[in-house]
Amino acid sequence: MKILVCITHVPDTTSKIQFTANNTKFDTTGVQFIIGPYDDYALARAVELRDQTGGTLTALNVGEAETEPTLRKSLAIGADDAIRVNSLPKDSFFVAKQIAHYAKEGGYDLILMGRESIDFNGGMVHGMVGELLGMPSFSPVMKLEVEGTTVKMAREIEGGKEYLEAQLPLIAGCQEPIAEWKIPNMRGIMSARTKPLKVVEPISQETQAEAVSFQLPPAKGSVKLVDKDNVSELVKLLKNEAKVL
Amino acid sequence: MSILVYIEQAEGKVKKTSLEAVSFAKALAAQTGEGEVVAVALGTIDSSELGAVGKAGASKVLHADDVRLTDGVIQAHASAVAQAFASVGAKTLILAKSSLGDAVAARLAIKLNAGLVSNVVELPNSTGGYTVKRSIYTGKAFAETSLSTENKILAVKKNAVDLKTDGADATVEKISVSLADSDFASKITSTERAKGEILLPEADIVVSGGRGMKGPENWGMIEDLAKVLGAATGCSKPVSDIGWRPHHEHVGQTGVKVAPSLYIAIGISGAIQHLAGVNSSKCIVVINKDPEAPFFKAADYGIVGDAFEVVPKLTEALKAEL
Repeated sequence: MKILVCITHVPDTTSKIQFTANNTKFDTTGVQFIIGPYDDYALARAVELRDQTGGTLTALNVGEAETEPTLRKSLAIGADDAIRVNSLPKDSFFVAKQIAHYAKEGGYDLILMGRESIDFNGGMVHGMVGELLGMPSFSPVMKLEVEGTTVKMAREIEGGKEYLEAQLPLIAGCQEPIAEWKIPNMRGIMSARTKPLKVVEPISQETQAEAVSFQLPPAKGSVKLVDKDNVSELVKLLKNEAKVL
Repeated sequence: MSILVYIEQAEGKVKKTSLEAVSFAKALAAQTGEGEVVAVALGTIDSSELGAVGKAGASKVLHADDVRLTDGVIQAHASAVAQAFASVGAKTLILAKSSLGDAVAARLAIKLNAGLVSNVVELPNSTGGYTVKRSIYTGKAFAETSLSTENKILAVKKNAVDLKTDGADATVEKISVSLADSDFASKITSTERAKGEILLPEADIVVSGGRGMKGPENWGMIEDLAKVLGAATGCSKPVSDIGWRPHHEHVGQTGVKVAPSLYIAIGISGAIQHLAGVNSSKCIVVINKDPEAPFFKAADYGIVGDAFEVVPKLTEALKAEL
């Protein structure tokens, strides 16, 4: 089986979010970048499936040169080779076009990625790639087993889950608990340095929905503390001041 | 020209978030002069339910009453909605952000060659261009997004507009959609849904517990408080990781993102990853015995005290008041 895992290069979940250049650019000062947490689940499951069924695992990222350490990390975790599409990921449509093109070229049976990137939270790329390639797409997938060409999945829905069956090839946007995150070991880190990482150019520059400026939410006022022996005061505040009851 | 709204249902009932999407479309139509709001509903639905879609602002509901569409089969839903979009000559599709909505919207973006914006938090600005404000970095920031396409899809976040309930009943028109076998290439074999509970992503009030609750056996007091408030229950990531509560109750960066009017956090310290899932709440109440818990910095109201003492008292006080 040929597996493709798409990786985002995103600020660590504890990062302080700030913008520069008159609120048109993300401020990377002091920010550590990581493999998107949802992509990390997809990658971990992909490594398990590759090990179970044989075949190959390719990691792909749409990003400029600074994303290479993130892509190398996915090689250290277990991908066999990597592709970097050399461009800023301008919007979901742009990224989906690139992935669809290189996925078609590679003839993958299974394409996994996170349910969404944790920077823009769109959660759209897997569905777009599915439609572009004429493959079924599923998200958010929390369980995925491959038996021959049949894929059995559990997908999270509001207040529960649904169980599905479909045939390869397909695309899934993943989330926990599909697999446990894998931490690269020393052997993985050493071998990642020499695994192939191919840099390719974007196939088109077309976009549809680009972010043009950013804002931070208004600062929160300070908390109003209520004495623990006077909880009815809290009820009054919620009713009369906050007006949420 | 009309604005089309994709309506989701669960067990024959129209979802409240979909009704909010209808009200969003109605407000948008008033702003842009895009004509009437037409909703499209798929599968078996109580006909009385479709009237409520009118109250929220739709003048017409197109109902593809095909039993194969009752389940949310992603590709089939995308095909059906694309046909409805073409038949009403819409340029804009509005839907509620949800597990199914996102999956369907992404495929529709390609089918309709439409620019797609998710997590939309307010009405677009259509004077000179078309920009939409959306939530990014899991609620830690907002982005103004410029749409360059003629067709547009907006997936609207909960509470982006107030739900309208004063509209007239909508006329319901049955439609038939042509679906290929390939639209049903995947099969939903079974569905598990928490029965009789208020769904977390749709709840107006959420009561969440953390590790401070000390064990799953103590969740009764969380549930009692939630019951008095008509609230959904949630939990922090460690709690769902240890298995005290099911995964679909996990609120946070990698769990459910909620946007209720009132969020009550009990025995949750307030790690940045948890805050990311709740920062769209209108009002946050924190109950924690540690006065240094970081959650107090993100709260509107707080009580420093032992949950086991405070929560039952709060439940009683609410019972007396409500």
